[in-house]
Amino acid sequence: MGICIGRSGHKGKRKQGLCPARPTLYLGGMNLPPPLTQWLATRGWSLHPHQVAMLYAAQNPATLLIAPTGGGKTLAGFMPTLAELGATPPPGLHTLYLSPLKALAADIRRNLSTPIEGAELAIRVEDRTGDTTQTQRRRQRADPPHILLTTPESLALLLSYPDAPRIFANLKRVIIDEIHALAESKRGDQLMLQIARLQTLAPGLRRVGLSATVENPPALAQFLAPEHCDILNADPGPAPDIAMLHTDDAPPWAGNGAHYAIPAILAQVANHKTTLIFHNTRAQAELFFHALWLQNEGNLPIAIHHGSLAREQRARVESAMVAGQLRAVVCTGSLDLGIDWGDVDLVIQVGAPKNVKRLVQRIGRANHRYNAPSKARLVPANRFEVIECVAALEAVQDRTLDGDPRGPGPLDVLCQHILATAAAGPFDADHLYAEIKTAGPYAHLQRPDFDACVEFTATGGYALRAYDKWQRLMLRDGKWTLRDPRTAAIIRQNLGTIIDTETLKVRLKNRLGGMPLGEVEEAFASTLTPGDTFLIGGQIVRFDGIKDLTVEVTRTPGRDPKVAVFNGTKFATSTLLADRVLRIFQQPNWSNLPTHTAHWLALQREKSNLPAPGRLLIETFPHDGREHLTLYGFAGRNAQQTLGLLITKRMEEEGLAPLGFVATDYATMVWGLDPVLNPITLLNPENLRDGFEVWLAGNAVMKRTFRNAAVIAGLIERQNQGRRKSGRQATFSSDILYDTLRRFDPDHLLLKITRTEALSGMVDFARVEDMLTRTQNNIDVNHLPHVSPLAFPMFLERGRIPVLGKGIDRLMADEAARLMAAAGVTDPSPPATTPARNP
Amino acid sequence: MRPLNGGKHSPPLARSHLTRQNKGMNYPFTLAAQSLTALPSGAIHWPAQNLLCVSDLHLGKSLRMARRGGSLLPPYEVTATLTKLDADITATGAKHILCLGDSFDDAQAETDLTPDHRIWLTRLMAGRAWTWIAGNHDPAPLTLGGTNKNEATIGPLTFRHIADPAQIHDISGHYHPKARLKTQSRPCFLLDKSRLIMPAYGTYTGGLWADDAAFKTLITPPAIAILTGSQCLALPLTSGSQTRRLR
Repeated sequence: MGICIGRSGHKGKRKQGLCPARPTLYLGGMNLPPPLTQWLATRGWSLHPHQVAMLYAAQNPATLLIAPTGGGKTLAGFMPTLAELGATPPPGLHTLYLSPLKALAADIRRNLSTPIEGAELAIRVEDRTGDTTQTQRRRQRADPPHILLTTPESLALLLSYPDAPRIFANLKRVIIDEIHALAESKRGDQLMLQIARLQTLAPGLRRVGLSATVENPPALAQFLAPEHCDILNADPGPAPDIAMLHTDDAPPWAGNGAHYAIPAILAQVANHKTTLIFHNTRAQAELFFHALWLQNEGNLPIAIHHGSLAREQRARVESAMVAGQLRAVVCTGSLDLGIDWGDVDLVIQVGAPKNVKRLVQRIGRANHRYNAPSKARLVPANRFEVIECVAALEAVQDRTLDGDPRGPGPLDVLCQHILATAAAGPFDADHLYAEIKTAGPYAHLQRPDFDACVEFTATGGYALRAYDKWQRLMLRDGKWTLRDPRTAAIIRQNLGTIIDTETLKVRLKNRLGGMPLGEVEEAFASTLTPGDTFLIGGQIVRFDGIKDLTVEVTRTPGRDPKVAVFNGTKFATSTLLADRVLRIFQQPNWSNLPTHTAHWLALQREKSNLPAPGRLLIETFPHDGREHLTLYGFAGRNAQQTLGLLITKRMEEEGLAPLGFVATDYATMVWGLDPVLNPITLLNPENLRDGFEVWLAGNAVMKRTFRNAAVIAGLIERQNQGRRKSGRQATFSSDILYDTLRRFDPDHLLLKITRTEALSGMVDFARVEDMLTRTQNNIDVNHLPHVSPLAFPMFLERGRIPVLGKGIDRLMADEAARLMAAAGVTDPSPPATTPARNP
Repeated sequence: MRPLNGGKHSPPLARSHLTRQNKGMNYPFTLAAQSLTALPSGAIHWPAQNLLCVSDLHLGKSLRMARRGGSLLPPYEVTATLTKLDADITATGAKHILCLGDSFDDAQAETDLTPDHRIWLTRLMAGRAWTWIAGNHDPAPLTLGGTNKNEATIGPLTFRHIADPAQIHDISGHYHPKARLKTQSRPCFLLDKSRLIMPAYGTYTGGLWADDAAFKTLITPPAIAILTGSQCLALPLTSGSQTRRLR
C-alpha cells in the first residue's frame, strides 16, 4: 500500500504542497475513524498534504483534486468517505466511485481493502462493471454496498432502471477518477449528465473529481460542476528523469516496430525492477512482444497487456504484476490510467508520444514512491519519430502541456440520455431541462436544442410525420413515457458512447470449447484463410475457421505470423508538439538530434525543402504506378484529413482521378491516376469553402461520424452478437440512412449533429482555413522524380481513405475485367448451347 | 473477390464479352437462350417481353420497425424506392412489371401506404401488366390490383421468390446477394448457367455475402456476380470449395 500513502520517513524530501498540512490528524471536525488512525500509526504512515486537504474539503459541494500520477490521489478521494462511514457505518450506498477503466475499479477495490481490513472497519466495497455477473448485479441493486466502484457505462445502465431513485436516495459522495481522461470524450459528457441525474435523486450529493496534471484546471472544474468547484493542487513532485534510450543501432528509415532497440530495451529491463513498455497501438505491442521474446535470452519474465486480450489473460498479467513476478509488461493505453500495478521503476515509451500531457502521465507510472523522480526512456520507431521525441522531451523539461478545449456537450449523447431517462420512468420535460443545465458540458444548452432532442427521441424528428401512431415516447399526463415498455430493453442494450468496430472472439480450438485468447476486428478475420497465422496475446496461432462468430485457432510455434489488426486507439499528435517539430526543422544544424536523423533532414533539405512555419510545402512524385501529392500542413490529423477530402474533391472536379489519401498530423498524401501539375489552383480557400457544404454531403468521414452519432442517439441499434447471428439480410448499412436523410430531410437533427461534430472535431475545417490563409502566398511546390525523404514514412500510415469517384469506377472496371480474364470466365450461359443440368 | 482456381472448367475467354461490359452501364446476358439486361439499379429488363423485373422492394420497412418498438428510421424509403422504379420504367418503357416477392415488408405495409404513395403506385401500374409474386414477408397485395401469383412462367423462364434447387431456368430474389470489389460492397446479381438470383431493389435492405453457404446449392461454377451501383460490373464467383469469404 506504499503506493497510496506516503511513508513518513520520506516526508522531509517533499516540498510543501499548495494545500494546508497539519502535523496532527485532527481535521477541523473531520476525524478519521480511530481504528484507521491507529492502523496508519502502526504502519508508520502519515497522509500526504493533499490527502489531508481533501478531508478539510469534505463538505464542499464540488472539489477537483489535481495530483501527479502515483500521488495517492485515489485514496485522497476516499479519505472523507472512510471518515464519514466510520467503524460501524449504517447500511446504504454512501459513495459512488467512477473510473474510465473497469480494471481500475477492480484494482481500487483491492487497494481499499488494505486499510479497511487492516483497521477492521465494517465498510463494504464492491465493484460493478461489464465483467460483473448477472447474479451479483441483481444483488447489488437490491442491497447496495457502502462504496460502489463502477464505470460510466455501468452507471448509465443502473440509472436506466426504475429502482434507481431507491438505490441512490442516500448517496453522499461521487468520486470521478481520472476525470481528465473522461473529459476528453463523449463518455465524460454522458457521465456529467448522469451526475446531474444523481444530484436530483440525492440533493446533498457532493462531487469529487480526481485528475492528473492538466493544462487548464478551471475548465475541468467547470466541467465537473459549472456553478462552483474548488480546486486543490497537490505538489507536482520532482522533475522526471527522462531521456531518449541510447541504442547501438540507428532507428530505421521507416516502420513502427522499433525492433532495432530490443537489445537496449532488454538491458534496461534487466537493470530495473519492473518496466512498463508502452506502445501506441495493440498491433505494434503484439509484434514487438513477439520480437522481444525471440531475443529474450535471459528468460526475463515479460508479459503483454492490451484491451483486445481476453479478460482472463489480462487478469493473469495484472495479478502477476501486483505479485511482483514480472520484470516487464509490453502494454498499450490499457495501462495508461489508474494506480500502480506494482513496483514500476521504469517506463519505456516506444513510438512517438504524440501528446506531451499523456507522456507526462505515462512517465508517472514509474513512480512507486511519490517523492522519487519518475524515470522514463523514449524509443522512436523511425527517424521522423526521433524529431517528435526530441520535441516532446523539450516540452516535458519546459513543463508545457498541450490540450485543446472541447466544445459544448454533443446532442447525440443528450438524445441517449433522454432515452435512458425515459427507460427509468416518465419524465417532465421542464424538470429534465433544468437538471441537464446543471451538467458542466450542457450548462449553456439552449431550450430549442433540448426540445429538438426530445422530439427526435419521441417521433424521430422527421419533417414527414410518419410515426405519429408509433412514437417511441408519448406525452401522457404531461410526462414523456415509453409507448411500448419493451423499448426499455432495447435502450439499455444500446447505452454507452463507445463505438466499437465489429470484432470476433478468438478461441483455441478443442473439444472442450477452447480457451478464449481475445478478439480481432471482423474485417481482419475476413481476410484470413485456413492455415494463415497471426499474433494474439504474444502467441502465434493458426486460423482454422470461423464457427458461431468465433475465430477458432490452434497454437503454431515458430512461423512468421501475419499481423492481427486491432482497433486500438490512434493518438493524434498535439498542436504543441507539431509546432515544436516545425521549429526543430528550422535549426541551421541539428546537434540536438542523433546524427542519423540530422543526416536525414539534411537530405530532405537537399532533395526538396523542409516545411517552415508560415509556409506550405507541397511535393509531387510518381511512385509504384500512382501519382502522389504530399502537403505538409502541420495542422493536426483531423485538419489534414479534411484537407485530403477537400483536395481530392477538387481533383475529382478537374478530372485528375484521385484514388485515395492518407493523413497524419503533419501531412496529407493523395494518390491518383494522373499527375497534379499545378497544385496551387487546388488550394484556393474560396473554392474550398464553396465546395465545403457540398463535400460535407458524401464523404467517408462524414458517413462514419453519422454512424457513430446515429448509434449514440439511438437511431440505429448496436450490432451485438445475437442480432448479427439472426441474419444479415435484416441489417443494412448506415450509409443508406445517411444518403436518404440528406436527400429527403436535409435539416434533420442527426445531420446537424454530424455537421457540428465534423466542423470542430473530426473535420476541423476552421484550422484548414486558418492554415491556408496563413500560407496563401507562401506555397512551395516541388515536383520530384522520386519519393522525398520526408514523404517516405507516409506510405506506412494506416487509415487510408478511398475516394469514391471516377478513379475507383475506372479501377473497379479494370479489376473486374482482370478477374474475368484471369478466371477465363465468359458469359456462363451462352445462347443455344446451355447444357441443361439434371433437374 | 477471387478468380476461379485455374479456370479449369471454364470455356476460353470471349473477347466480345469484355468489350460489351465496358460499353455501357447495363450488363446484357443470356439465360435459357433469352437475352436479358441487368440494370445498375438492380432490376432486369427482358426486351423480348418488354418486361421489367424487380425483387425485394420491402416497401414499408421503416414503419414496420417503428410498430415493433424499434428504431424510428428516416421514413423515406418508399419514396426513394418508388423514385428508382419510376425511373427504370420510364427508361425501359416496359409494359409488364414483375415484382419478385417481398414487395412489402409485411402484410400491413400495404394497407399503411400513404395516399400519395398509393396514387403513385396506381399511376405506375396504369396501362401496364403488373405481376406480384408472393414473398416470405408478404402474401401478394390485395388492394392494389395487378395479378397475384406464387410463381410465374414466361417462355422458358420461371420467376419465383425463392430459388428452387431442383429447378432450372429460374429467376428469384429473397437472399439479397452482395459482394465486395476493391473495398466497395454492392448488391449484386448471381448468375450461373441456369439460374439468376436478383439483388434487393428496396432502399432499406441489407444483404448476404455472395459466398454465403446459402448459395452453395443454388449457384454452380462457372458463375458470375454482377455488381450494381453506378455501373454493372461482372466478376467471376469463387468456386464452392473456396472457403475465403468474399468481403
